[in-house]
Amino acid sequence: METPEQIKARLEKALPLTKIDIVSNDCPAGERSLVVEPGRALEVAKFLRDDAQLRLDYCSNVTGVDWPEMVVKTKVKKKVVVEGVEKEIEETIETLRSGHLEVVYHLYSMELKHGPVVLRLRTANRTDQTHLPSLTSIWRGAEFQEREVFDLYGVVFNGHPDLRRILMWDGFKGFPMRRDYVAPDDFEYEPTPHDRVLAEAKKHHPPEVKA
Amino acid sequence: MIDEGLRSELQKQGVYTTTLEELYNWGRANSVWPLTFGLACCAIEMIAASMSRYDLARFGAEVFRPSPRQADLMIVAGTVTKKMAPLVVRLYNQMAEPKYVIAMGACAISGGPFKQGYNVLKGIDRYIPVDVAIPGCPPRPEALIHAIMTLQEKILNQKLTGPDRPRHLVKGAPSEFPVPAYGGHDLEPPSNPEIWQPPVMKR
Repeated sequence: METPEQIKARLEKALPLTKIDIVSNDCPAGERSLVVEPGRALEVAKFLRDDAQLRLDYCSNVTGVDWPEMVVKTKVKKKVVVEGVEKEIEETIETLRSGHLEVVYHLYSMELKHGPVVLRLRTANRTDQTHLPSLTSIWRGAEFQEREVFDLYGVVFNGHPDLRRILMWDGFKGFPMRRDYVAPDDFEYEPTPHDRVLAEAKKHHPPEVKA
Repeated sequence: MIDEGLRSELQKQGVYTTTLEELYNWGRANSVWPLTFGLACCAIEMIAASMSRYDLARFGAEVFRPSPRQADLMIVAGTVTKKMAPLVVRLYNQMAEPKYVIAMGACAISGGPFKQGYNVLKGIDRYIPVDVAIPGCPPRPEALIHAIMTLQEKILNQKLTGPDRPRHLVKGAPSEFPVPAYGGHDLEPPSNPEIWQPPVMKR
């Protein structure tokens, strides 16, 4: 199968003005994926499905990822001249990464028996601009999974045929898989608490202070 | 009540004496029909228990009724999510008295491994009275058979009269329990205080 770079090159040739980034996973496998701007996602998806060399006719799964706003620390080695001697100093640079929601599509080809090609769409932010185009019109199987991403992460899919909550009930407030979701405090006595539950237990039943 | 010695003497002579209570309980204990109803992996064990290898039919519980109107026993087999809990309570309400509940597996008893989650009910005993609880994740079919036998024992020992008679013979005792409503984050109310109270920490 083609590498992401080859797919990117052909995509940009076939669909001019489309900007595609390749990002790799921050893990040993380092699988690379195509980040597509939401406005062009439908055309890109159509290309990936219909292109004779790719024929990605099967959307295996749709996943949501929440990237909250956070400070990213990167260490950079720097050469500084101190008292006439050149020294290498490690410096940490803090950059603020803006928060966004991400939807990941894993695509395979049943016809040509290859895959996966990973497609990522990112929203502008996590609060008010959480709209993304729905790819259900390209891969029918994405319908329920997009509903699930909507339910748990709050990504609104434009053009989805039936965008309702799927796992939680209709009156549910909030998006429980977001990193900042706080479930209602309904802690109960636990006989053998540990880890997070232990911290909760200490909060609710503070240990007796010995005089 | 007939004297036990006389009774066994009579039985040796081919005369069988019994009481209405015993006959009634014997009949009920040996025809406990469960509701066809499973929620998660425990249901697979429940199905296995009902099939030929474990053969729940030996205990008179082979007919899984597809309607709550015809069932005597609700086996809550699996994780009860908050979305499912009102439906479980409603099914229980639709069953005719006398009715019994077996909470099968860690999830039905307490929420199990999902107890700290946002979406799982921390035990079905918050809304409906549970007669027998089977621990396990999931419990083996033998454990379910043991639970059925425990329930049969419980039914056989029930008195038809007197102060400790079962709920279905007490006039005015509730046979239906309030169905919780979906709230913003949790069910409302989060438990039925009349049948369930949170555990108290002992020091």
